[in-house]
Amino acid sequence: MSSPEQPPVTLADLTRRDGRTAVDAWVSRGLALAGGLAIVISLLIVWSLLKDAVGFLGDVKPNKLWGDVWRPRSGEYGIRAPLTGTLWVTLVATLIAGPVGLGAAVYLSEYASPRVRRLVKPVIEVLASIPSVVVGVFAFRFIAPEITQRLFAGSPTLNLLVAGIGVGLLSIPLMTSVSEDALRAVPSPLREASYGLGARKITTVTKVVVPASISGLVAGLILTVSRAVGETMVVFLAAGGSPTASTTPLESGITITSAMTGVLSGSDQQSGGTAYQSVFFLGLCLFFMTLLLNLAADRFVRRVRQTY
Amino acid sequence: MSTIPTEITRDVVAAKLHGEKVDIAGPAFRYLLMGCLGLVLAALLALLWNVSSVGVPYLADRGVVDFLSRYGSSQAELAGLYQALMGTIQMGIIIIVVAFPLGVATAVYLEEYASDNLFTRALGLVIRNLAGVPAIVYGLLGAALFARGGLEGLTGRESLLSAGLTLSILVLPIVVITSAEALRSVPASLREGGFGAGATRWEVVRTLVLPNAFPGILTGTILSLARGLGEAAPLLLLGVKSSFSGGELGELRGNFTSLPFLIADWSKKPASQGWPDNTQAAIVVTLVVILGINAIGIALRNRYEKNTR
Amino acid sequence: MSNATPADTRTVMSEPSSRDRAVSALEVRDSRASTADGTTVFDVSDLSVYYADFRAVRDVELEVRQHEVTAFIGPSGCGKTTVLRCFNRMNDLIEIARVEGNLSYHGVDLYAPKVNPVEVRRRIGMVFQKPNPFPKSIYDNVAYGPRTAGLAKKGSDLDDIVEQSLRRAALWDEVKDRLKASGLGLSGGQQQRLCIARALATDPEVVLMDEPCSALDPIATGRIEDLMEEIKEQYTIIIVTHNMQQAARVSDRCAFFTTEVNEESDTRTGLLVEFDATETMFSNPSDERTENYVTGRFG
Repeated sequence: MSSPEQPPVTLADLTRRDGRTAVDAWVSRGLALAGGLAIVISLLIVWSLLKDAVGFLGDVKPNKLWGDVWRPRSGEYGIRAPLTGTLWVTLVATLIAGPVGLGAAVYLSEYASPRVRRLVKPVIEVLASIPSVVVGVFAFRFIAPEITQRLFAGSPTLNLLVAGIGVGLLSIPLMTSVSEDALRAVPSPLREASYGLGARKITTVTKVVVPASISGLVAGLILTVSRAVGETMVVFLAAGGSPTASTTPLESGITITSAMTGVLSGSDQQSGGTAYQSVFFLGLCLFFMTLLLNLAADRFVRRVRQTY
Repeated sequence: MSTIPTEITRDVVAAKLHGEKVDIAGPAFRYLLMGCLGLVLAALLALLWNVSSVGVPYLADRGVVDFLSRYGSSQAELAGLYQALMGTIQMGIIIIVVAFPLGVATAVYLEEYASDNLFTRALGLVIRNLAGVPAIVYGLLGAALFARGGLEGLTGRESLLSAGLTLSILVLPIVVITSAEALRSVPASLREGGFGAGATRWEVVRTLVLPNAFPGILTGTILSLARGLGEAAPLLLLGVKSSFSGGELGELRGNFTSLPFLIADWSKKPASQGWPDNTQAAIVVTLVVILGINAIGIALRNRYEKNTR
Repeated sequence: MSNATPADTRTVMSEPSSRDRAVSALEVRDSRASTADGTTVFDVSDLSVYYADFRAVRDVELEVRQHEVTAFIGPSGCGKTTVLRCFNRMNDLIEIARVEGNLSYHGVDLYAPKVNPVEVRRRIGMVFQKPNPFPKSIYDNVAYGPRTAGLAKKGSDLDDIVEQSLRRAALWDEVKDRLKASGLGLSGGQQQRLCIARALATDPEVVLMDEPCSALDPIATGRIEDLMEEIKEQYTIIIVTHNMQQAARVSDRCAFFTTEVNEESDTRTGLLVEFDATETMFSNPSDERTENYVTGRFG
């Protein structure tokens, strides 16, 4: 191969490109294509929503849109009905999932022994993996008769509060796992410094650990809100479905999501009609609401990453 | 030096160490946190008890085989899960075939190939946000794209295939995120070793990175499969039926139903005709399927974590 | 081959390496070994490395000769490793890294536009700071490079390459009975020798070593140093070390790097202070900073 007269290496040797290099280049292109698909999908989502939503907005006058009744089959498109319903359900769900999920996370991260963690974590994972339709059935078979009816006799059996409790239950695992990640990201020297100053555990947790991880906890709360806004099946089954805007959570009502299912399920809607298009309008509202929430959460999560 | 009698010093120190006031806040806080966790566990237990106390006796009474082998019916005591179970399995296969390769490929691209440019950053942001888009919005996408918007020639409008593809798109971002996490956990020294030995990037990925990340990827994809199969909301927009005649197994462009949808459908039927009982039985079957898939994923992960430690 | 089977590494050391020549796949090495010493392998001038806009190392000028051990020494953060990684284009893997200046390998510009880094890395192997065997069998670890490069036409060729590489890395006797066992089951020192065997298996001309002993105990370190002495007759070695005694023991030539603080940006740039024969560097350095460092007054 290499004799003393010839140089041991030539430019041709080093610029050689065999099949392996070509394979690598092709794989790279193929993978980029797969990645590009995700962007195409999100563009398609926006396109598919906009296409019919714009048609809907052309048909319905703005003053009619700000009405109190959402009944697409009789041409009533009062957006306040699904908006107030969504607000109540989200509020109830967040008030349950936020504190309970955070409390469970703090316990798991700061107090629980490794053994307890090992036992409890899978249980929370089980709750996380229960389909929402199952929680929906639980909400109106158990939460409604056994809890809310006993506390608030006289209200309709199915109401926004029942749905809110169900959605809250469903959102707890998300809050717990995001918060626990944030709490565990707090470096232990910070805790040790606090103990070193003679602080008690409660002081260390509430004055050092929780403030240090606040960005992640806020992100968890935002994601919980986002999850509650988008939850469909629990509301579909347990919120009652009254098309009129509600003033208290103890009324039967609809949310953005359940209004969408109401239009399309069980009927052969004509594609292109205003009622059909209204679903896409609601979908667009939902998409942007959750998008804003997720972008905000993303921001907070990044802040955690930058700090530690 | 020591002008203070040692006994006094000792008493003062002892008093300090024992604490003069009783600490109420500490234990109270601890019990409060335990209460939160307890509430979660109680809710889960109540749910499981509520479901199984009715569903399991019903299944035992009627016979699991009978329940699983009958089609839908207008009579509760005759209605079975056969079509729903098959629909769920078929959609699962579509997810495995469509979403898993695409998702893993995207994750490999993002983690191993892509340079840090605008496209990559946009892609990362898009994927994180897609993961947070409500399931029902994916139903709208599916309806607009597969069922009514240009691809209906391929999918046969509202069909099993449309639903399977929609669920695939729904789980895609989750597959990407969990796979990317698994890839990130592969130590950089392994890649360096491969490059140092004169391997191309694809060879490093194929022979070193992917085998190392495989258990993590598998766990993530299995969990996302369970997530996708548990969704009912998107199917509502894709023409899901509670029962249908004809429609042979494996007919991709035909009618379909699924376990979560059937639960929703049955639960809305009149209580007086015995529907609550077989709704709960259907939930038992669904939980066995979904939690079973999850258990496999979690067991794989735990085994993997033990091996790496 | 059997007459060359050493009982332990010490025997290997005393044994003339040219006796162990049975394997055809690696026989090229003979002709290389017979070329006259003093051939320039790498010629470096005006070399600077940037991370994005930040200049990490500046103005490196040195020459690496065949069958010598060239050591890079200096305080931590002075860019020794960064410069080492220029020699087999490992810096390509760091996206923001950029190399400026001349780095020629036998007169060929390593950073010429069409140069294929994969071809470069096959010829210029690398051993890393922490032993990083693949989570594969000992055999597969060594066979990795030749397999991906398609160097072995048939299985027995590959067997030969693996055996020969393990022998050269003085590991064969310890592992020949458990080639199918995982490389991760070896001790730290054995793992590093396995990584050396892996680097030798692609039949490289140059071996780059990035603080190869920093994670090892003194005994394992001694064996690696002996090994360097042994294989430099067939390979050209560049080693980065933070250990001056090690540089003095193993190297023929030595490059001393240090850092300068850029006042405005509060960043540090590495630079080459002096490059000379190791003996001169340690006994009679021409730069005061080198003297301070080798006498332990700084760093």
